[in-house]
Amino acid sequence: MSLFADPRWRDAFANLPDYLGAHVRVSLAALALGLAISLPLAILARHRPVLRGALLSFAGIVQTIPGLALLALFYPLLLALAALSLSAFGVGFSAFGFLPAVLALALYSMLPVLRNTITGLDAVDPALVEAAQGVGMTQRQVLTMVELPLALPVIMAGIRTAAVWVIGTATLSTPIGQTSLGNYIFAGLQTQNWVLVLFGCAAAALLALAVDQLLALIERGLRLRSRVRAALGGLGLAALIAATLLPSLAGARSTYVIGAKTFTEQYVLAALLEQRLAAAGLSATTRAGLGSSVIYDALKSSDIDAYVDYSGTLWANQFKHPGLATRDQVLADLKQDLAKDGVTLLGEIGFANAYALVMPRAKAEAQGIRSIADLAARAPSMTIAGDYEFFSRPEWANLRKAYGLAFKTERQMQPDFMYAAVASGEVDIIAGYTSDGLIAKYDLVVLDDPRQAIPPYDAVLLLSPKHAGDAKLRDALKPLPGRIDIEAMRAANLQAGSGSTPDAVARALWEKVKPR
Amino acid sequence: MLATMTRDAPPMIAYTAVDKSFDGGRIKAVDGVSLAVARGELLAIVGGSGSGKTTLLRLANRLIEADAGRVEIEGEDVQAADPIALRRRIGTVFQAGALFPHLSVAGNIGITPKLLGWPRDAIAARVDELLDLVRLDRAQHRSRFPHELSGGQRQRVGVARALAAKPAIVLMDEPFGALDPLTRDALGEDFRALHQRLQLTTVLITHDITEALLLADRIAVMHKGRLLEQGTPAEVSRSTEPYVAELLQTPRRQAQRLGALLPQDGAA
Repeated sequence: MSLFADPRWRDAFANLPDYLGAHVRVSLAALALGLAISLPLAILARHRPVLRGALLSFAGIVQTIPGLALLALFYPLLLALAALSLSAFGVGFSAFGFLPAVLALALYSMLPVLRNTITGLDAVDPALVEAAQGVGMTQRQVLTMVELPLALPVIMAGIRTAAVWVIGTATLSTPIGQTSLGNYIFAGLQTQNWVLVLFGCAAAALLALAVDQLLALIERGLRLRSRVRAALGGLGLAALIAATLLPSLAGARSTYVIGAKTFTEQYVLAALLEQRLAAAGLSATTRAGLGSSVIYDALKSSDIDAYVDYSGTLWANQFKHPGLATRDQVLADLKQDLAKDGVTLLGEIGFANAYALVMPRAKAEAQGIRSIADLAARAPSMTIAGDYEFFSRPEWANLRKAYGLAFKTERQMQPDFMYAAVASGEVDIIAGYTSDGLIAKYDLVVLDDPRQAIPPYDAVLLLSPKHAGDAKLRDALKPLPGRIDIEAMRAANLQAGSGSTPDAVARALWEKVKPR
Repeated sequence: MLATMTRDAPPMIAYTAVDKSFDGGRIKAVDGVSLAVARGELLAIVGGSGSGKTTLLRLANRLIEADAGRVEIEGEDVQAADPIALRRRIGTVFQAGALFPHLSVAGNIGITPKLLGWPRDAIAARVDELLDLVRLDRAQHRSRFPHELSGGQRQRVGVARALAAKPAIVLMDEPFGALDPLTRDALGEDFRALHQRLQLTTVLITHDITEALLLADRIAVMHKGRLLEQGTPAEVSRSTEPYVAELLQTPRRQAQRLGALLPQDGAA
């Protein structure tokens, strides 16, 4: 089978208008905002050495913050601001998706524009500035009629750099809820669908390249004082923007938004929810790849309308209950906490996806390890791997306290790589997920937790406050709770992790579990 | 000649005991200079680099402010004048032209009228008139850009730009310095004719005493910020100042040798 006959390409292309449109929209807004701030600042700071130094070092520091972190930082910042504005003026705004992405990317675009504008203006021949004053120009006229036009090619070069950076970094705005070409990359990475990852990278690179070349054309036009080139570049750019924005604007707005976190199971469940809504005649879109801490707040502020979370996660991380509790206690607490936020708990899906310490069956048997208690003695010579959040979660603190665990090394890994790493012996033990299909695939074993240090993680279906009383939505999703057991979910996860699209997996899953 | 005609009228430009220093007083660029330029006069200020001659010129249109003393234009203290308005009514020709590279010849020449808010067609007509005046072909040069011109053509445009808003005073900062001798000579002669025809008052900065002798009505010699000597070429040639005598050595020697090499009757 040729590479291009792969059905995943078709899936990828189907999402292109939406992802590309959103990507261009957020990049364009960020760049426009960045320019609107940077250009006047550069002009203002040019003859003020202190301000100039402060500004350039600030922009330089911003540049050193990893893009993902910068984007992530803007989310809680805006959340706090939105709450403040809501209490002060009675007007709130969404801290989710577009706004934090635009602000963070705008900040990211500042350095090249600031630096090139200042450099470009500095490079204007002082004799020409004197001539401009000599023929009777005011300070402002010197700037607008002589200095800026002469510095324009250098400024354009800065804008080009900024545009490429912004378009590239915008792929990282997916986890804070902004749809972008990054959706391909994050989804592909989670479901080990390398076709999708490749597609996302190529699309972002092509977009950046096209914009860069068109801006280069304008820049050359300005440099050579060729109006034709500059106009051609401008036209090309306008056409590109129109072509990418129009299809996504023309698309019908969906009534419901389904959320999904950043791992395979969540993609499958989101697809399942979307299919259930579609079956009930309701239109829905999915915002996938959302960060674990972003997604609940997004639901609470009705930026998304439904998603599946896990009881223990919310109980410990979101609502900060200390210590340990039984399964029923956790659910009871949770219902109370959710009700306070206006969030509806529609029901438990039927399986639990808890953290669990996992190791190869053969190794466990050879060393006589059956439970975490057996592990404690050997831990000091072992390496453990967990996902990016595990070691900072309360469960890990509980585990260490309950069993006196201390490992030689703790490593963080992309969840889907952990299983292969433990199977190959690169690490000795991993903090995996009970519902993960890879446990069966690699013949791993889940260690018992006799002291119940890890709280229960029942998958629960949540609805946003906005749709709390929405009978159509409730009716569409009502058949779901209680239908999917751990075996069914593991099988689905395994399938989704080995190349099938979440959509197809969700369809097959429903065929298997639907009420007859 | 000209000087006698205008001696009684108030001077167009008058410096009175002007001081100007840079670098917090460490470099004294202009040191107690008093100098008057009469209406219709072409005054050349001669000096080496660092003599303060360019500073003196910039004080006239307030590109630089004096530390002490008075600078008057047409009897008015420049400190009382709006510097922008002042510069728009004084024409300035800069070293090597200093044309705006992003503007066409017409755009460069018409810049001051444009700043003064002249109507578009009046500017266009003025540009054509000036191209004729500085002997550049209208159609051929109007829409060219500075980088497409020769050095001489560029400086002709520079002169046209200075004259665009019909100033009575023209300041020239080493205008012909970067040109080859032939172009330089032609341009000097052409400007001298324009000066007379338009009844301008001109201050020309040059480091070349020969150029000053050939073009100017009067010459002022600057050295280390001080005005050493001023007067007609004949008056300056009788100066007892050693520096002036030294300056005059070169043209004198050249004149002698040229006189010997090119005898009058031989040329006939």
